[in-house]
Amino acid sequence: MKRDVERTGIFTRRALLLMGGQFAVLGMLGARLYQVQVRDGARYTTLADENRISARMIAPPRGRILDRFGVVVAGSSTNWRAVLVAEQADSVPATLDAFSALLPLSEYERARIDRDLHRNRKFIPVLIREFLTWDEMAAIEVNAPDLPGIVVDAGTSRNYPFGAKLAHLVGYVAPPNEADVADDPLLGLPGLRIGRAGMEKFHDLGLRGRAGSVQLEVNAVGRVIRELDRQEGVPGEDVGLTLDAGLQQSVLNTLGDESASAVVMDCRNGEVLAMATNPSFDPSVFNSGVSQAQWLQWTNDRRTPLINKATSGLYAPGSTFKMAVALAGLESKAITPSDRIGCPGYLDLGDTRFHCWRKGGHGMLDLRGGLKNSCDVFFYEVARRTGIDHIAAMANRLGLGVELELDLPGQRPGLIPTREWRISKGHAWNIGDTVVSGIGQGFIQVTPLQLATYASRIASGRLVQPHLTRTLNDVMQPGSESDDWPVLGMTDKLLQNVREGMWAVVNEPGGTAPLGRLADPGTQLAGKTGSAQVRRVSRELRESGHFDSEKLPWEYRPHALFVAYAPYDAPRYALSVVIEHGNAGAAAAAPMARDIMTEVLRRDPANRTQAPPAQVAEARR
Amino acid sequence: MMDRRMWREPSFDLMGKVLQVNWLYVLLLCCLAGVGYIALYSAAGGAPEPYATRHAVRFGIGLVIMLAIGLVDIRVIAKVAWPAWLGGVVLLVLVLRMGHVGKGAQRWLEFGSLQIQPSELMKLALVLALASWFHRASWERMGNPLFLIPPLVAVLIPVGLILKEPNLGTAAITAMLGAAIFFAAGVRWWKFLLIALPVPLLGQFAYAHMHDYQRARIDTFLHPESDPLGAGYNIIQSKIALGSGGMWGKGFLQGTQGHLDFLPEKQTDFIFTMIGEEFGFVGGLAVMVLLGLIIIGGMLIALRCRHQFGRLVALGISCNFFLYVFVNIAMVMGVIPVGGVPLPLVSHGGSAMLTVMVGFGVLMSVHVHRDVEFAAVHDDR
Repeated sequence: MKRDVERTGIFTRRALLLMGGQFAVLGMLGARLYQVQVRDGARYTTLADENRISARMIAPPRGRILDRFGVVVAGSSTNWRAVLVAEQADSVPATLDAFSALLPLSEYERARIDRDLHRNRKFIPVLIREFLTWDEMAAIEVNAPDLPGIVVDAGTSRNYPFGAKLAHLVGYVAPPNEADVADDPLLGLPGLRIGRAGMEKFHDLGLRGRAGSVQLEVNAVGRVIRELDRQEGVPGEDVGLTLDAGLQQSVLNTLGDESASAVVMDCRNGEVLAMATNPSFDPSVFNSGVSQAQWLQWTNDRRTPLINKATSGLYAPGSTFKMAVALAGLESKAITPSDRIGCPGYLDLGDTRFHCWRKGGHGMLDLRGGLKNSCDVFFYEVARRTGIDHIAAMANRLGLGVELELDLPGQRPGLIPTREWRISKGHAWNIGDTVVSGIGQGFIQVTPLQLATYASRIASGRLVQPHLTRTLNDVMQPGSESDDWPVLGMTDKLLQNVREGMWAVVNEPGGTAPLGRLADPGTQLAGKTGSAQVRRVSRELRESGHFDSEKLPWEYRPHALFVAYAPYDAPRYALSVVIEHGNAGAAAAAPMARDIMTEVLRRDPANRTQAPPAQVAEARR
Repeated sequence: MMDRRMWREPSFDLMGKVLQVNWLYVLLLCCLAGVGYIALYSAAGGAPEPYATRHAVRFGIGLVIMLAIGLVDIRVIAKVAWPAWLGGVVLLVLVLRMGHVGKGAQRWLEFGSLQIQPSELMKLALVLALASWFHRASWERMGNPLFLIPPLVAVLIPVGLILKEPNLGTAAITAMLGAAIFFAAGVRWWKFLLIALPVPLLGQFAYAHMHDYQRARIDTFLHPESDPLGAGYNIIQSKIALGSGGMWGKGFLQGTQGHLDFLPEKQTDFIFTMIGEEFGFVGGLAVMVLLGLIIIGGMLIALRCRHQFGRLVALGISCNFFLYVFVNIAMVMGVIPVGGVPLPLVSHGGSAMLTVMVGFGVLMSVHVHRDVEFAAVHDDR
């Protein structure tokens, strides 16, 4: 009995001890609960919010690009896409097979879709096909019961109403690559495109806009539960161009099938009104990806559709260069306007004979006559007297052989040779080099844009720079007024000497470009022809009398050039036309220049009423 | 040898037994199951399906079973103690042979739609068997080390089998449960030390022979931030959910971490986290107090019982419940490694509920029959 009591006593003691231990343990857990929930509560609350709140960016709509009259040349349009939400499909392969029966999916596409499906969670839509036509959409909608999981949604894509007509100028957009995304996380958004060329590239940052953000509550697998907060982004700004899209079209019509380019500028302020390059390409192709075949076709075409000839096609200016030579001679006082030089049809220098384009020669000519007849010997002599350094300086001043301030990427500077340049290449500068430079041949290379700028500067006497941007978000950008540009630093009288020569070229009987004359006698055009040899013509061939450039294979024919401005008495517009392998400037380029100028004057884009800008930005000069 | 006057043998018709049932204790259990209902309702995103309703139904069935067992004479239960132990061992062997593999271990046996974890039944059977053994033990025999060998074997066989599943957590709980009964039965302190001393060495040995997932669990526990999206994810997310609940909680159905699925297994192992997130420290503490009352209630039943068998059984069942609660709550707060132990009567899960309620039935039987004459027949003869 005693022992049983003793046993009970031991049990009671030990049970109480165990209870005490249990109390202590539970108390410890309670303390731990206090530590986690109350003491560290704030820290865990932050962590909880980081867990569940996912900040995502919303892509701002890309800005539009408009011409000077507000016509949209690059805008965004709805891109109807078929996407697949895997979790809504009973069987993904069955759905894809059914889709393929309606709109065949290539093996390549299937592989991409499978890869995307594999990478993404089941509720993330995966792109099946984009740029659906109405018929395709209808086919999908009608067969929707057979296509569980397929959803048609609206994305945006860039659209270019003028297509190839403005491709080189407006440029195009393409998906960003990994390096781009590293610079700006906004670019990581699906479907976002980045400007890859032209104005799309130059104004890319502005056109992109600023991303908005949305705070989403997500669950552990990333599914969006609801939206907590939204901050709208800033839409991309609209870029207003100086360009007249209508004029651009008619310039392209004028160029026809030639591999050619033409630039029309407002010669008082440098606004580029048209910048046409033929042939061209369809920029919207880049939106969805360029096929290998298409790419090869472009790159193998000797008429170079991908190259913007206006800014990066390099040509010897030929006789169009003669105004620069004349002005250099006049300014350096190597010649006077009344100096007369005899042309026997050639100039002998040492044992080299330099020919005039007219076999019999021009006889005695003054500057005006030299320009009017485009006498080569006259300008050989002027160049010889003036020296290459003066000529190069003048050419650069007039916008040739230098990089212009054009707001378009991909410009090539060309070249005006100097003595130092030639020496730096390891050669001596010969007097012969100076002489051929006098007629715009030899090492000289310029672009059509530079030629138009050159004509503008001669016409206006101002250092205008060609530019394409007129307004940004309806705010007028500086440069639209003539006074925004500094003067050339030459007396008007000096310039008038070459202007008269250019007038005579077109309007005087015996001038080299009678075809450049405008139909309306009240408005006169001043211009200058040019034919730039792309291959040296041997003396034997020339003297044989059988030389006819028209019989040469296309790629050996000389380029045809023409620079002009009008109206002569109150210069407003300047242009340049370059026809690759067009033979003679007078025959090929001058009529085109006339037609273009006629159209320019008819449309008169600089004076036509246009949407007034809401605001004018501070002048930059 | 016994003072007959000390035994109050009640009339014990059915009605009399029903009146003897500790209804206050039943009420506590109902409260805990109610907490489970609310938490599971929230875990389902604010719906009675698929957890809460089933929970209530199971608890109802469990309650009936518990009361039925509670009315069975404790002396009858004592008679089935060793057969139950044997049955438990057989089931453990069966589970090793043909059990379902889950998370790298064989734990379940399936009988039709009923899944059972033999290790849970084994713990109850072990409590009964040990209580039965020590019930017969006189004070002198307790001092004889040889007398302690059979119960020690009775503990080590199931522990070994559970380790082999392998289920480290349950094996440890089973061993501790056995230790608690040895302790309450009056085994000397130094004998525990003798057993306990080699444990660190055994631990080293065990770690070397562990499954990778078990090692990962221990490693994660020691450095949860080393692998935040892998093995450490559960602990970190559980602490985040608890911590973000703060003092007063986010409110019923307002918990973000649970509802957004950051919290893993919120309806089972991490149900306490769910409660802590929505009802805060105050709510979590209230649940802990409720759990504490149930544990103390069980211990009080043990203390009030007048026969050694009932005392040891009640203590064993209470300790088992306590160990369950401790492992689960300590786990979700990152105090011990993640162990896959549910919170009894709160977590979703039928078989655990059933075994727990059977245990409480036995506890209730002890309470109802606390004063019956149940002499140790072999005592001192």
